[in-house]
Amino acid sequence: MNEQQGPSANGVRSNPISLNIEFSGGLEILFSNQRDHRIQLPAKDSSGEPANIMFLVHYLCENLMKDRRKDLFLLHGGIRPGILVLINDADWELEGEEEYLVQDGDIILFVSTLHGG
Amino acid sequence: MSPPLHIPASKLCESCRATRALISRPKTNQKLCKTCFLSTFEAEVHATIVSTTLFTRGSRVAIGASGGKDSTVLASVLKTLNERYDYGVEFVLLSIDEGIKGYRDDSLETVKRNAVQYGMELVIVSYEELYGWSMDSVVESIGKKGNCTYCGVFRRQALDRGAERLGINHVVTGHNADDIAETVLMNLLRGDLPRLHRCTSIITSSTSSPIARSKPLKYAYEKEIVLYALHKKLDYFSTECIYSPEAFRGSARTLIKALEKVRPSAILDIVRSGEAFSRMIPSQAQASSAKLSQESGMSNCTRCGYLTSQELCKACTLLDCLNKNRPKMAVEVEAGIEDEEASSSLRRGMEAMKLAEEGIVN
Ligand SMILES: [Zn+2]
Ligand SMILES: [Zn+2]
Repeated sequence: MNEQQGPSANGVRSNPISLNIEFSGGLEILFSNQRDHRIQLPAKDSSGEPANIMFLVHYLCENLMKDRRKDLFLLHGGIRPGILVLINDADWELEGEEEYLVQDGDIILFVSTLHGG
Repeated sequence: MSPPLHIPASKLCESCRATRALISRPKTNQKLCKTCFLSTFEAEVHATIVSTTLFTRGSRVAIGASGGKDSTVLASVLKTLNERYDYGVEFVLLSIDEGIKGYRDDSLETVKRNAVQYGMELVIVSYEELYGWSMDSVVESIGKKGNCTYCGVFRRQALDRGAERLGINHVVTGHNADDIAETVLMNLLRGDLPRLHRCTSIITSSTSSPIARSKPLKYAYEKEIVLYALHKKLDYFSTECIYSPEAFRGSARTLIKALEKVRPSAILDIVRSGEAFSRMIPSQAQASSAKLSQESGMSNCTRCGYLTSQELCKACTLLDCLNKNRPKMAVEVEAGIEDEEASSSLRRGMEAMKLAEEGIVN
């Protein structure tokens, strides 16, 4: 789409990013009842921007989530309130939330706070 | 202590300034490392317990344990605090087996492991043994709609009866700040002052029960409870009850979570507002008017002996309905009437009984 690419980006295809994705607190039900997933995420989104958490969650929603109830994970275009995101054990609020640029080898945990007491 | 060189100052714990911050506290926006977070969380629960003189040395207290995150964190924290501050309290785990296959079986296994992990006695009381009905058989009879009413009434009595069996008169539950904020909102939207009053108090002793209930986690955010469980690697069970939750509560919950996202202090603010409103409610309105006229007339249920303002207690009234319905259902099923219709006609009958009159605070 973007014809005005700089010389450095031109012709260079970045390798996909390896990520460890974990679901907990009941969210695993939405992802084939499996807690741990290893995925290869494209390094750039469709407009050529480096992959961030926002791109990741949409990618997960489209490619990993078999359950049809998408709004239990994504709501109004963002992570459903009440789902905590931990990036390498740290609260995503400390890492820039949706804007955080994912790095090779990151462990990203999604945990629902909404289920049962 | 000088900060380690590889962590930028902006990423350090705001309390010890020695390690990387992992938690952003919704209450205060404070950024804490794992160790400081765990100890702050525990210190706040301890402060709640001390400021309300919740426990008496030498007493036995039952922890209503479901195997879920809240009661698991409650049991873990109470064990830690009991040892650290020498409360001198004996805690016992009390679990209810509602008889829901594939949900309760698994969570009871979690509670059994917790009993071993925390060195606490575990007592399990089942709906089946108390009422002759498991929730699976209730749902089979009335359908999925309205079954939460049964479950709520049955659970309240079951916890009381379990505690009574143990000779215990105090049950603590894992209700957190989010739960209370949610209930405050629901009671405001319904204009229910008596329940608004009850849901905000840390300890409630109802006229229909000799057993006191309290909520030591009432100021603890759900987010922090989950983070506490995660960082302490606690063993908890997380699957929603397979029977549908109340729609109204679900909407209140979604609203609370959306508010928290925009303004994290909102949850505690709603709890505090609820407490402030509660103090302004005249004492006559704190009990429901229906109950007031009969306040002196509390007596024992003529069938089971449970304290009640009516001839029959709520559980026995519901059981009557279920038992009457049993043979009728069989006939209707034979006649080919759909489950859903049979249950909705029963539901209308139940609503007419004004079940909500007496507090079904869960
Ligand atoms: Zn610290
Ligand atoms: Zn009775």
